[in-house]
Amino acid sequence: MSQETTAHHDDHHAHHPTGMARWVFSTNHKEIGTMYLIFSLAMFLVGGAMALVIRAELFAPGLQLVNPEFFNQMTTMHALVMIFGAVMPAFVGLANWMVPLMIGAPDMALPRMNNWSFWILPFAFTLLLMTLFMPSGGPASGWTLYPPLSLQGGNSLAFVILAIHLMGISSIMGAINIIATILNMRAPGMTLLRMPLFVWTWLITAFLLIAVMPVLAGAVTMLLTDRFFGTSFFNAAGGGDPVLYQHIFWFFGHPEVYILILPAFGIVSEIIPTFSRKRLFGYTSMVYATASIAFLSFIVWAHHMFTVGMPLGAMLFFMYATMVIAVPTGVKIFNWIATMWRGSMSFETPMLFALGFVVLFTIGGLSGLMLAIVPANFQYHDTYFVVAHFHYVLVTGAVFAIMAAVYYWLPKWTGHMYNEKLGKIHFWWSTIWVNVLFFPQHYLGLAGMPRRIPDYAVQFTEFNMISSIGGFMYGFGQLLFVYIIWQCVRGGETANAQVWEGARGLEWTVPSPAPLHTFDTPPLVDDSVAVHKDNLS
Amino acid sequence: MAQSSYFVPSTAKWPIVGSVGLFFFALGAANWLNQGASGPWLFAIGVAIILLMMFGWFADVVRESQAGLYNEAVDTSFRHGMIWFIFSEVMFFAAFFGALFYARMFSVPWLGGEGTGAMTNALLYPSFEAVWPTHGPAQLGGDFQTIPGFGLPLLNTLILLTSGVTITMAHWALKRAQRGALIVWMIATIVLACIFLSIQSYEYVHAYRDLGLTLGSGIYGSTFFMLTGFHGLHVIIGTIILIIVTLRCAFGHFTKKNHFAFEAGAWYWHFVDVVWLGLFIFVYVV
Repeated sequence: MSQETTAHHDDHHAHHPTGMARWVFSTNHKEIGTMYLIFSLAMFLVGGAMALVIRAELFAPGLQLVNPEFFNQMTTMHALVMIFGAVMPAFVGLANWMVPLMIGAPDMALPRMNNWSFWILPFAFTLLLMTLFMPSGGPASGWTLYPPLSLQGGNSLAFVILAIHLMGISSIMGAINIIATILNMRAPGMTLLRMPLFVWTWLITAFLLIAVMPVLAGAVTMLLTDRFFGTSFFNAAGGGDPVLYQHIFWFFGHPEVYILILPAFGIVSEIIPTFSRKRLFGYTSMVYATASIAFLSFIVWAHHMFTVGMPLGAMLFFMYATMVIAVPTGVKIFNWIATMWRGSMSFETPMLFALGFVVLFTIGGLSGLMLAIVPANFQYHDTYFVVAHFHYVLVTGAVFAIMAAVYYWLPKWTGHMYNEKLGKIHFWWSTIWVNVLFFPQHYLGLAGMPRRIPDYAVQFTEFNMISSIGGFMYGFGQLLFVYIIWQCVRGGETANAQVWEGARGLEWTVPSPAPLHTFDTPPLVDDSVAVHKDNLS
Repeated sequence: MAQSSYFVPSTAKWPIVGSVGLFFFALGAANWLNQGASGPWLFAIGVAIILLMMFGWFADVVRESQAGLYNEAVDTSFRHGMIWFIFSEVMFFAAFFGALFYARMFSVPWLGGEGTGAMTNALLYPSFEAVWPTHGPAQLGGDFQTIPGFGLPLLNTLILLTSGVTITMAHWALKRAQRGALIVWMIATIVLACIFLSIQSYEYVHAYRDLGLTLGSGIYGSTFFMLTGFHGLHVIIGTIILIIVTLRCAFGHFTKKNHFAFEAGAWYWHFVDVVWLGLFIFVYVV
């Protein structure tokens, strides 16, 4: 039987379709990973354009460029596009490319479903983005779709909800595939505690996805029936409660923020050891810290809604549970720093982005701790302080890690080195302007500027101008990123299999560019190949 | 080791068909909800494409399975896929159970003036008393009666539990390679499933026509119909799975050792069964 299967596979080589068909019908994890990454980059630019509309309007007080409804549509769509269209597909794309290479698998466990997970996304986002062109406009209630406001909007609600359902189906299938791949497809000798941390963080992320995407589906389904079928889930007159939506939504929403950051932790845990030329410090504690964060993410959701009116005991519980998350996160930060300690470090672009991540994500983490404190939260709630906080964890956190990953693995994907000089310029440009963009927003929030408002009192003008300038500089700077990727795909210095001197792991044992099929015969893994284990020789 | 011959299919045409189907399905549904004239048509086209996709995709998988292309590792991947899919379904139901518990533990008592809800009750709904079942302070949907748990719902519980036994009997027969007994037990399971569905339909008609209990009957009607409705939908899906599996039993697709499709169907059936137990306790009895 074995021979028969191999023959089938060879046949596949010979008749591999070309042109569009190659991409539409692909079952190959590398091609599907590439599609995910390109889709994510496109959505990053679309969502970024929306952010620039927001920052342009906020450059000065008063209403200049867009009307308030459209402004609200931009804030709503920016979030939905960036979360579900840019960051999540980027991580899934990276998982598609790298997980099979890192564990020595021939492909993803369920290759056809892999194709479906991806190809739902362009349709889902067509459904979402087309609402902007409808007479009643796109959704304007914020991405959280809180009732009763979301139920009072135009025709977009039904489209948004169904689009979210499609994205959920895609995410769940993607996550199932990743779990099945990691648990079932590891090469002989690749024990769980020999897996690279990117694989570990994705295993846990996939679990979170399967656990909470259906809960989001349930929440938005209740919105749909409240609006169109006369149910009273979120209607006090019928015995329901709008706050119920917030509970269900954030039961999804909080694990979701870890879905957006755990793979980033994994990426940084790959990159820092490589450019420190040391093994990762505290590998096992990293795994346990990731699992702890995932567990805690399920019992902290109500810290998003402290001002909504909750029993005191509940607020105390959610405050303390939230603060506990700082412990495993601190373990990670400590381990990254300890990995660099006395390392023989070099600062290529991926390392720069990883270091930028460690510093700037920590700022976002600390403002998160401030937000966790209930009495302080009453002040900060729904101000620009919150906006500053989650952009530090999502832009300088998740997005920086994705960029680090792209620079790190681009030579493996394309077979060419990217332009190191331009990469460094991209890093410094992004890092400087992203801070100009988001740091002043802390002050704005502490001074009381509310979020999701197109106009503001004049005393907020200066910081808003600074922030908007930072936004445009950061935003247009990302075109350089697109150019660097384009240039690297087209050509450049040839990359060898190893690419980075200090890199370890199975992905560096295959040629660059990685051939379409790798590890058809599984490699044998022992501690000398395993990324993080020292055999203390 | 076994992985060296892991089956990686050549190109896949069904996923893109499924994506197009889902797009039409969602586009049509959204249009329909907004009173768009094209909505029902687009929706119907979407459903048709999705059915075509499922038929074609499953047929391909059955063919490949019969051709012996799947080794043990592929089988394990399928098992992971099914287990985690069922887990996602459990979490979907958890959202609706959560809504039920929240309404009963918090929102209804608060509207009745308990704890921090005292002023809400005094100022907004002074005449509202927190009881369950309720259609809320505004008495949405008018007067209604509930379906007592220890009548038809109890019978339905027994029917589903029995179907769990019959499908296990079928599995034992399959493992002993007794195709006749296998098919008899499968048909028994399907008959029980159909009886369950008939009783549920009867109950729905009864609730709407005689009891005044509708989806619009406040939070009670909302949680009752959404929980039992989604469960019913899953029973219908499970029944279709059972029918397909029975046909495959009749075609002799399964061997004593190799019958994952049967097991997946049985897992799904047990999942539907367990959800019902939760429903019976928390929706009908308590």
